[in-house]
Amino acid sequence: MLVYEKNALSEEIELLVEKYGVDRSSLLQILQDVQRKHNHISDFAQQEIARLLSIHPVEVNSVISFYSFLHSQPQGRNSIKLCQTISCDMAGKQKIEDALTRELGISFGETTKDKKYTLEHTNCMGMCDQGPAMLINDKVFTRLDPEKAVNILKEVE
Amino acid sequence: MAKENNPRIPVSQQPFQVQKPEDTTAIGGTISIEVNEKKVSVPFGTTILEACKENQIHVPTLCHHPDLCVAGVCRICVVEVDGMRTLQTACTFPITSPIKIHTSTPMVRKARRHIIDLLLSEHYGECYSCFRNENCELQTLAKEYGVDSYTFGHITTPKFDVDRSSASVVRDMNKCILCKRCVRTCIDLQEVGCLEALDRGHETHVGTFLDKPLAEVICINCGQCINRCPTGALRANDPSDQIWNAIDDPKKHVVIQTAPSPRAAIGEEFGIEPGHSFTGELNSALKRIGFDKVFDTNYTADLTIIEEGTELLNRLKKALVDKDESVKIPQFTSCSPGWIKFIEHFYPEYLDYLSTAKSPQQMFGAITKTFYAQEAKINPADIVTVALMPCSAKKFECNRPEMDSSGFKDVDYGLTTREMAKMIKEAGIFLPEMPKSHFDDPFGDASGAGLIFGATGGVMEAALRTVYELVTGREVPFKNLNITPCRGFEGIKQASVKLENCVDAYKFLEGVEVKFIVAHGTANATKVMEMLKKGELNDVHFVEIMACPGGCLGGGGQPIPTSEEIRTKRAQAIYAEDESLELRKSHENPHVKLLYEKFLTEGPCSEKSHHLLHTHYTKRGKFIS
Amino acid sequence: MENNLDNNKKRTGPVLFSKYTRGEGIKKALAMPREDVLFELKSSGLKGRGGAGFPTSTKWMLVAASTASKKFIVCNADEGEPGTFKDRVLLMEYPELVFDGMVIAGYTIGAKTGIVYLRGEYEYLLLQLEEYLMKMRDDNLLGKNILSKEGFDFDISIRLGSGAYVCGEETALIESLEGHRGEPRNRPPYPVNTGYLGFPTVVNNVETLASVPHIMQKGGDWFRLIGTDKSTGSKLLSISGDCEKPGVYEIPWGTTITELLQFVGAQNTKAVQVGGASGICIPKRNFDRHLAYEDIATGGSIIIFNESRDMLHVLQNFMEFFVEESCGQCTPCRIGNTKLLEGVKMIRSGEFTFSYINALKDLGKSMQVASKCGLGQSSPNAFISILENFKDEIFFHNGYGRK
Repeated sequence: MLVYEKNALSEEIELLVEKYGVDRSSLLQILQDVQRKHNHISDFAQQEIARLLSIHPVEVNSVISFYSFLHSQPQGRNSIKLCQTISCDMAGKQKIEDALTRELGISFGETTKDKKYTLEHTNCMGMCDQGPAMLINDKVFTRLDPEKAVNILKEVE
Repeated sequence: MAKENNPRIPVSQQPFQVQKPEDTTAIGGTISIEVNEKKVSVPFGTTILEACKENQIHVPTLCHHPDLCVAGVCRICVVEVDGMRTLQTACTFPITSPIKIHTSTPMVRKARRHIIDLLLSEHYGECYSCFRNENCELQTLAKEYGVDSYTFGHITTPKFDVDRSSASVVRDMNKCILCKRCVRTCIDLQEVGCLEALDRGHETHVGTFLDKPLAEVICINCGQCINRCPTGALRANDPSDQIWNAIDDPKKHVVIQTAPSPRAAIGEEFGIEPGHSFTGELNSALKRIGFDKVFDTNYTADLTIIEEGTELLNRLKKALVDKDESVKIPQFTSCSPGWIKFIEHFYPEYLDYLSTAKSPQQMFGAITKTFYAQEAKINPADIVTVALMPCSAKKFECNRPEMDSSGFKDVDYGLTTREMAKMIKEAGIFLPEMPKSHFDDPFGDASGAGLIFGATGGVMEAALRTVYELVTGREVPFKNLNITPCRGFEGIKQASVKLENCVDAYKFLEGVEVKFIVAHGTANATKVMEMLKKGELNDVHFVEIMACPGGCLGGGGQPIPTSEEIRTKRAQAIYAEDESLELRKSHENPHVKLLYEKFLTEGPCSEKSHHLLHTHYTKRGKFIS
Repeated sequence: MENNLDNNKKRTGPVLFSKYTRGEGIKKALAMPREDVLFELKSSGLKGRGGAGFPTSTKWMLVAASTASKKFIVCNADEGEPGTFKDRVLLMEYPELVFDGMVIAGYTIGAKTGIVYLRGEYEYLLLQLEEYLMKMRDDNLLGKNILSKEGFDFDISIRLGSGAYVCGEETALIESLEGHRGEPRNRPPYPVNTGYLGFPTVVNNVETLASVPHIMQKGGDWFRLIGTDKSTGSKLLSISGDCEKPGVYEIPWGTTITELLQFVGAQNTKAVQVGGASGICIPKRNFDRHLAYEDIATGGSIIIFNESRDMLHVLQNFMEFFVEESCGQCTPCRIGNTKLLEGVKMIRSGEFTFSYINALKDLGKSMQVASKCGLGQSSPNAFISILENFKDEIFFHNGYGRK
């Protein structure tokens, strides 16, 4: 990480802390914002957040590792989360999974080389009546079939 | 110590919000309950565990520890409470209404047995190849509940690499049962914060920041986590094999120095109740094992007092007489290597406040490989110095690159009390039955002042006995030289002594009220440092800080288990030994005087003593790269 | 790129899906003293709709009685139970019910702050909910002196979760709000005593809060007439799986499973999972049982399986869910669920003994009583009920060594 990048990130985190407050209860909101913008929370960012909230870096790391939407390692620009829970599973989630892995050439849990996509499973996301369903970033796509799923991929930046 | 609410720890682990009544005789102050059909009265807010203990009913525990906040995660202490659908954990449940408790119903016993079975299924390794064999809480429970087979299997391949990166602490997470005592020790008790639970669900494990090796994070090596680990997941980095090799090598002259705290606690490793010192027996045992010389660390503790005391007086003179504003006061003690690493990480901008005097262990190493080598006519390259310490951080300290002022590695190995006991047992010796013998010369005699270094406040008391007498020409005005304000386990102690009728050399101190602070445990050290930051210590002259709760006697290398009760008994043993000695002031130690006459001829804090007996510190900071 | 979900709301219902005008419930409530609101709520018999069924009025009363300097009302919108999506529909289509319910709660218990804990998966709802809150502020339904009621200040903020099922447990939710890992707390103390930031806190499910404005408007007695004696009012069901018309339905408590299967158009139904992964699996022979707190209590997840479904596969999916979603702090849940999942895999491979499977069922029973929170206490339900009820299919029908 270059010095000016670090400075920019520090400044950004300082603004977030100002916005949400220095109390530990703002931790999750700060992490979510950093994750949204940078697709992960770098070790430097974690330590900056820890410093500004007066907690230990390992506590920030611990919280990140607990929540499945937060990541310490860089993710793709588009996070594709395919629901793997029972209703979507019965509605044909496996076919969508196969289509996505074939199309992107990566397995679930991996990121494409161009950092455009990360494939992940997620547990029930509340679209059970319209499965199979997936989230791309914060958008939801339902009643998927393999063709539709692959076409949606092409639409994202 | 950790009983007050700490905003850093989750409410789930905070002590209960239940207000215990001050007067238990008032109406509502006590509650009548039934435990196993027996009617008893307990104060409002007592936990079920406490109530059971009061009434001689044994409830097993694992994640519970008397020094730590509650967790309620292992679930082994579950009991049945009438009217509640599920079992309740005795360690977390405050009694606020008249309940009926059953501690040994079929449901309870089965649940406990299942919990043990589950823990064993993921607990890698076998008891006979574990250093906690016969001193393991999981093993004890398995025995208590008659486990004779692995109901739910037993993990056969390790999941984690053993982290041996640290000079002090070895982490083998394959043996971890996730009681999180280490996490609570590190974050809450010590406020160091290098361990936390990582990941979730079945992947949960205790780890460091980004799972980095311990040596790369801000661990201060205090080893308090080791003392509180119920299993063999945490242990000290054991050099006993190398020490055996040195002993067995006829070319090597192996000398050992023993610190007072291990002597006051090592009996516990042999089944003796806490509170008995085995100094004389230990001397004989070490000789029999094959150490060539057995020396007393208290000797260099006395030396430390001379150097550190002189340094303090020099600082005061510079500040008061020379009006030198660059002089930092208060002076902080520097004998605790855990504290040193703590301040290097957390308060690197305040390193100038530290005394530059080395710890007694390191002074001993430097003197052994110079003065002693010269006197005994032994090539220092052939001398192996071993330090028996109550401490895991001492292992890191002796490996610091700057600790080579003798021209060699000043102290070769730091050995903990536990490791020493293991070596003694391995040599076929039952320590309590050994005859008593004396330390070897030329460092045979040491004062009681050096001895009490082992308890929190001891360095301060020893220093005051000397400084006061140097400045006024009289003994400290306390009965039997026992400076009681320095004693006890209160987290932060403050007191002062007024200097009057000073001798000519110290007239500038006439009428000065010497204020001092004693703190133990790095959580309290943090409080002191924050006071310093805010300028609240401007009128304080001397601060003693020990990294471990209770001081060295509660060190990370001491026998397991630990609790305030055990630490109190160890302290009593140390103070009793001090009081039994003739020689109780460091500056009266004849061997120390001899050293200054024969070797450090320019006196304390001179150039030579600076080279051998003083050190410098590293600004480490908190950033983990 | 737009969201292409629809709400799949299937029919009008007696309470939540009946007519309600924004602000009406608040007006009614503010006209009453707080005690009367509590009385009305008590006479309605409303119980928590998240599944546990704790009387809502009792919860509110405990916090209302507290003299603490701060109190909170938290709306639990972290529905993560497999097969549940009713809260999504309520928040999208009936935000007025949920938010009015929170305002009424704030007034009754004396809280100034309401927090909605919205699951991260529903982030797409955030913008429209924020806009809705702005509108409420414009209309003095939030803010200072609400509806000119002197001294009643209340506002609502929305906080997002980040993908952790266990945060639906109320104390884990509070931990999460406080910036910790979502690990459930020891109880007692309960949130009504020591909740968010240590202050008394009411945590209510979205649906519970959404019922309150209707009760205010039409009265507790009206509410009590719907449903059964012990289960008053109505329940939203999220129905998915093998049926023609999956979606959200509002039913009066006491409806039987057979009735339900009829109106969703389910054919050849073998089993119904009531209450999601942590619920129980009801076989065909028990389809005459009622959905009610006194019979089959549920948070509203209904998953229908027809004859073609492999129940062992279903069970494996559930157990994989729990192994991932357990918070990992307590022993029975962290390791127990792993052992149950291993057992399922053993059955699948044919490498098992009945005595071991029985030992696992036994373990499940210990987990039900010894786990720290509802997750570990209910995760063995599916294991026990599916293996009991579908013994023939799982162990004998396909012979040993399936697959």
